[in-house]
Amino acid sequence: MNVHDILFYCFSIAMLVCGFLVIFSRNPVASALFLVLLFVFLAGLFVLLEAFFIAAIQVLVYAGAVMVLFLFVIMLLDIKASERRKFRALGVAGGIAVAAAFVWELKIILARPIKPLSVGSQELRGGLEQVVKPLFANYMLPFEVTALLLLVAMIGVVLLSRKELK
Amino acid sequence: MTTAITLNDYLIVSGLLFALGIAGIIIRRNALVIYMALEINLNAANLALVAFSKFNKLVDGQILAFFIIAIAAAEVAVGLAIIVALYRRKQTVSVDELTTMRL
Repeated sequence: MNVHDILFYCFSIAMLVCGFLVIFSRNPVASALFLVLLFVFLAGLFVLLEAFFIAAIQVLVYAGAVMVLFLFVIMLLDIKASERRKFRALGVAGGIAVAAAFVWELKIILARPIKPLSVGSQELRGGLEQVVKPLFANYMLPFEVTALLLLVAMIGVVLLSRKELK
Repeated sequence: MTTAITLNDYLIVSGLLFALGIAGIIIRRNALVIYMALEINLNAANLALVAFSKFNKLVDGQILAFFIIAIAAAEVAVGLAIIVALYRRKQTVSVDELTTMRL
C-alpha cells in the first residue's frame, strides 16, 4: 500500500462524510461549507487521477464561483425558519430506500470488474496542453455552443432578478 | 506508479456519492439544499468520467467533465435566480409550501 492508495482512501472517505453532512446539516450555511470541502476533496481525487486541469477548474469554478453564489443567496434570503424544521419520516425513509436501491444495483453491476478498453496509445496526463488541444480541435463547436449557453443563462438571470416579474 | 486502486474503486466511490445526492434530493425540503444535492450528483458523474478517461487513456472524458462544469455553473446561476424570485413572491424556499405552478 503506497502513498497513492492511502490518499485515495483518505480523500474518498472524507468526501463521502462531507456529502453526508451536506444532506443532514440543519443549517443551510453549514451545508454549503461542507459542500466546499467536498469539492476540494474531489479535486484531490482528480489530482490522483492525473487530471490536473480538471482539478484546477474544479477548485476555481466550483469551490470558488459556484459556492460564493450559493452562500450569497443563503445570506440574502435569511432563512432561519428552516433550521428548526424536523425531517419528515416519510421523506427520510423514501430517500434512504431509493439510495439503498441504487447502491444495490451498483453492487450487482460492479460485481464483475470492469475492464478498461485501453484504446488510447500514449500515457495520458491531464495537463493543460493535453486537454486543451483536442478541446480546440475536435470539440470546437460544443465549446462555442457552451459560450452561447452561458450568454443565454446570463440574460435569463438578469431577467429573472428584475424587481417587477411580469 | 504502481497502484492497487482499480477503475472499480473509483466507480464505487462515484456511485456512493451519486446515491448520497439522490437521497439528499428526496429527503430535504429546502430548495437551496436540494440544489446542493444536485451539484453532488453532477460531481459524481464527473468523477466517473475522469476515472474512465484515466483508465482508458483517452482525454475525451476529461473534456466532457470540463463541459459539465461549465454547464453546471450556468445552471446554478439560473436556478438560484429562480429561487430568489420565488422567495420574493412567497417568502419561503420550502418545497412543501411551493405547491402551485403559477406565481
